[in-house]
Amino acid sequence: MLTAIVLCFAFALVFTLFGKHLRGRITYLTSLLPLSLFIYFLGLQNSLSSGGEFLSIYPWISSLGIDLSFRLDGLSQIFTLIITGIGFTVFLYAAEYLRGHPFLDRFYGYLLMFMGSMLGLVLSDNLITLFIFWELTSISSFFLIGFNHRDQKARKAALTALVITGGGGLFMLLGFVLMGMVAGTYSISEIVLMKSLFSDSIYLGLIVLALFAGAFTKSAQFPFHFWLPDAMRAPTPISTYLHSATMVKAGVYLLARFSPLFDGEIYWNEALILFGTITFIYGAAQSIFKTDLKAILAYTTIAALGIMVMLIGIGTSAAIYALLVFICVHALYKAGLFLVVGSIDKICGTRDITKIRGLRNTSVVLFVAALLAAISSAGLIPTIGYHGKHLIYSSVMESGAWGIGLLVLTIAASILLLCAGLLVGLKPFTGPVSPEVPLQKHTPPAMWITPLLLGLTGLGMGIFYRAPQELLFLPALESLHGGIVSKQMHLWSGTDTLFWLSWGTVLAGIILFVFFRPSHEYSKRDKKFKKFHSRYLLEQGVINVKRTFSFLTHVLQNGYLRYYTAVILTFLIVLISLRMYTGFENGYEFEFALDFTFNELATIIVMVVSILLAVFTTSRVVAVASLGGVGLCICLLFVYFSAPDLAMTQFTIDTLTVVLFVLLLKKLPLYLSKVDTGVNWRDLIISCTFGLLVTIITLEILFTGSVKEISNFYAENAYLLAKGKNVVNVILVDFRGVDTLIEITVLAVSGLGVFSLIRLKMGIDRER
Amino acid sequence: MEVILAIIVGFMYAAGIYLILRRSLVKLIIGLIILGNGVNLLLFLLGGITKGHPPVIGESETFLAGVYADPLPQALILTAIIIIFGLQSFAMIFLQQEYVQGGVEDLDSIKEEEEEK
Repeated sequence: MLTAIVLCFAFALVFTLFGKHLRGRITYLTSLLPLSLFIYFLGLQNSLSSGGEFLSIYPWISSLGIDLSFRLDGLSQIFTLIITGIGFTVFLYAAEYLRGHPFLDRFYGYLLMFMGSMLGLVLSDNLITLFIFWELTSISSFFLIGFNHRDQKARKAALTALVITGGGGLFMLLGFVLMGMVAGTYSISEIVLMKSLFSDSIYLGLIVLALFAGAFTKSAQFPFHFWLPDAMRAPTPISTYLHSATMVKAGVYLLARFSPLFDGEIYWNEALILFGTITFIYGAAQSIFKTDLKAILAYTTIAALGIMVMLIGIGTSAAIYALLVFICVHALYKAGLFLVVGSIDKICGTRDITKIRGLRNTSVVLFVAALLAAISSAGLIPTIGYHGKHLIYSSVMESGAWGIGLLVLTIAASILLLCAGLLVGLKPFTGPVSPEVPLQKHTPPAMWITPLLLGLTGLGMGIFYRAPQELLFLPALESLHGGIVSKQMHLWSGTDTLFWLSWGTVLAGIILFVFFRPSHEYSKRDKKFKKFHSRYLLEQGVINVKRTFSFLTHVLQNGYLRYYTAVILTFLIVLISLRMYTGFENGYEFEFALDFTFNELATIIVMVVSILLAVFTTSRVVAVASLGGVGLCICLLFVYFSAPDLAMTQFTIDTLTVVLFVLLLKKLPLYLSKVDTGVNWRDLIISCTFGLLVTIITLEILFTGSVKEISNFYAENAYLLAKGKNVVNVILVDFRGVDTLIEITVLAVSGLGVFSLIRLKMGIDRER
Repeated sequence: MEVILAIIVGFMYAAGIYLILRRSLVKLIIGLIILGNGVNLLLFLLGGITKGHPPVIGESETFLAGVYADPLPQALILTAIIIIFGLQSFAMIFLQQEYVQGGVEDLDSIKEEEEEK
C-alpha cells in the first residue's frame, strides 16, 4: 500500500520538476498508473470480502506514536476503488481536455500528488498521518483550482478553498491530538474500539466539535459550503475528480470512520442530521436556479454531501449501508455528468444552460452517456442510482422519531436534484439547434468514451447488483458497523410504500423539469441576500483582521525611537510585576544592610543632588558638570568598598567622558524649549516604576545570596598559577586574557567608528 | 548600606530612562551615561560589597584568605566601564554628526525626515 502511495508521489515529482522535457507527450500513458492501481486494489478484493484486512506498518516517528501505518478495510476499499477508477477516466479525459496547454505536465504532477494523498488519507491507520494526507489534499486542491493562474478569480477561489479546508483541518488536528491523549495511541483501528473510554472522557464534546470542523469544511457543509461552487473555476477534470467524486468526500469518510465510536454520544447524531439536512435542502434549492452547468453540478454535489452526512447522523446499519452505496452511486453519476459538461463546454464554448440546445444531432454518444448519468442521478430502474435512492428512502423512513419529517425533506430534495440532473444531462441535447452557439463538430474519442464508461458502469452495477453487494458493500458495512441489514438491494420489491414514493419522486421531478425554465433572473435575486451569506462574513472578517492589525502596527511601529523604548519598558514592567505578584516571598532582613558611615551618606547625597541637577537643569553645562559629579561619587563608592582598580578606571573614564562631552557641546544643539507636561508625567511614571522594580529585584537578589565557587578559584590560584598579586588584574590579563583582547577590539572598532564619523564631516567640508 | 545603594541604583535607572525618553539629543546622551553608571553600580552591588579588604594578595601570602572583596564582579565591571565608554563616545559623535550634518535637533524629526523620502 505504501508502494502505491509513494509511486503516485514519485511520478508527481517527476512531472512537476521535469515536465518541461516531456511536453505532454505521454499524457495518455499516465492514465495507466491509476488503472494499474485500480486493478491492484481490485485484486485485493477477494480476500477482503471474506473478512480479511490488510495492515502494513512502517516505523516513522515511533517515539511519538506516529507511524506510517496503512490499513485496507471495506470502507477504505470503496474509496480506493473510486479514487483509482474515477482517476483513470479523469486522467484519460484531461489528456484531451487540456491538449496543448503549456502546463499540462505540471497539471498531471498536481493530479498525481492529489491521488497519492487521497489514497493515503483513506488508507491511513494513524491519526497524524491521516491529518498530513488530509492537508496534502487541500494543498493539491489549492494548486489545481488555481491552475489557470492568470485568472484572478481562480486564484481567489483557490485561496478561499485553502483557507476554509486548511483551517478546518487545523481544528481537526486539535481533535486528533485530544483523541490521542484520551486513547494513548494514534492508531485509528484501536481507537475505534474504545467507545466506553471516550464516552466517559471530558474531552468528548471538544473532540466531536473539532472533527465536525474538519469534516464540514472539507465536505462543504452549510455554512462552509461556498468554497465548493467557487472551486468550479478549476478545469473541469479537476471539478470532476476532486470536487465531486473524491476529495469532498473525505469529510464524509472521516465521519463514517469514526461513526462507530461516536454514534449515540452527546450531540453527534442530532448535529449531523441537522447540518446534513440544512445542507442538502440548501444545495438542492440552489441548484436548479443556476444557469452555469458546472454551478448546477456544484450545488447538487453539496446536496449529495448533505444527504451523506445526514445518513451518518441517522447511524442505523441501514443508513450506513445506504451511505456506502450512495457514495459509489454519486461518484459514478456525478463524475459522468461533470465529464459531459466538460465536453459540452469544449463543443459549444459556453456552459450557459439557456443558450445550449440541440446537441443530440452532433454528439450522439455523448448524449447517451449524459442520459445514463442523468437517469442514474434520477434513481431510475435499473441503474445503481435506483438502488441508492431506495436504500436512502427506506433508511430515512425507519430513522425513528424524525423519520417522516426527514423523509418529506429528502423527497423534496430528491425531486429538485432529479430536475437538476435532467437539466444537465438532458436539456442541452433537446430542442432545435441554437444559431447563436456555433458547434464544434469534432470531439476527440476520449471525451465521450470516458463518461460513457462511467455511465455503463453505473448501469452494469445496477443490473448485476448482487456482485457489488456481496463483495463490496456488505463487507464494507461489516468492517464499519458490524451489523447486517434487512433491506438490501433488490430490483423488484413489490408495490410497497417505497415503490410509490420512488416513482412519485421521479414523476414530480420530470413534471418540474418540463415546466421549469432556467433563467438568469434567479441569480439577481440572490444578490439581495448577500449580507447574510457566510462568504460575506468571512470576507468581512478578513478585512477587519487586516484593519485591526494595521492599526496595531501603526500604534506600535510608529517610527519614533522614544515610543519603542517606552513600549518595551512598559511591557517589561507588566511582565515583571506579574511575576513578582505571584513569585517573591522572601522576607527582608534590613538590620545588617542599613548601617552606613558619614562619608558614605555624604557621597550618596551628593550623588542624588547631581542626578537631579543633570535631569532637571535647563543648562547643558550644568548637566555635564553634574554628570562628572555622579561619576566621581561612584568612584568614591568603589574606594569605600575595596575596589581600587575600579576606582582608577572609573576616574579615568569619567574624566574622558566629561572632556569629550564638553568638547562636543559647542557643536550640539541647545535643549528644546518644547514642554509637554502630559508626556513628561507619563515618562516620569514609566521610568520611576522601572527604577522601583530594579531596586526590588536588586534587594531580592541580595537577600537570596550567591555562589562564590568561581571567585574562590581565582582567589586561590591567582598567585600560584599566574604569579600575580592583584587578583582583578590577573583575571583580566591572564585567566580571561582572550576576553580582554576581544574587549579591546570592540573598543577599537568603536574608536574607528568615531574616527570615520569625524572624517566624514571633514570630507564634506572639503567638497564644499 | 546595601539597601541605600539598591535605592540609588533604582534612582539612576529611573533618571537615565527618563532622559532617554526626551526628545533632545543632549538629554539622550546624558541619559545613556547615567544609565551606564547605574548598570555598573548594580553589578558591583550584586557581587556583594566588602569594606577595607581589596582583592590583593598580601606580601607574604600566596592566596587570598579570610574576608576579601569578590574579584570576579570587579573584573567584569572594569570591562563594562570601558565598553560603555566606547558606546557613549560613539553615540555622542553620531548624534553630533546628526545635528551638524542633518540639522537634527529633535529626535522625533528623524522619523519625519524618513517619511518625506
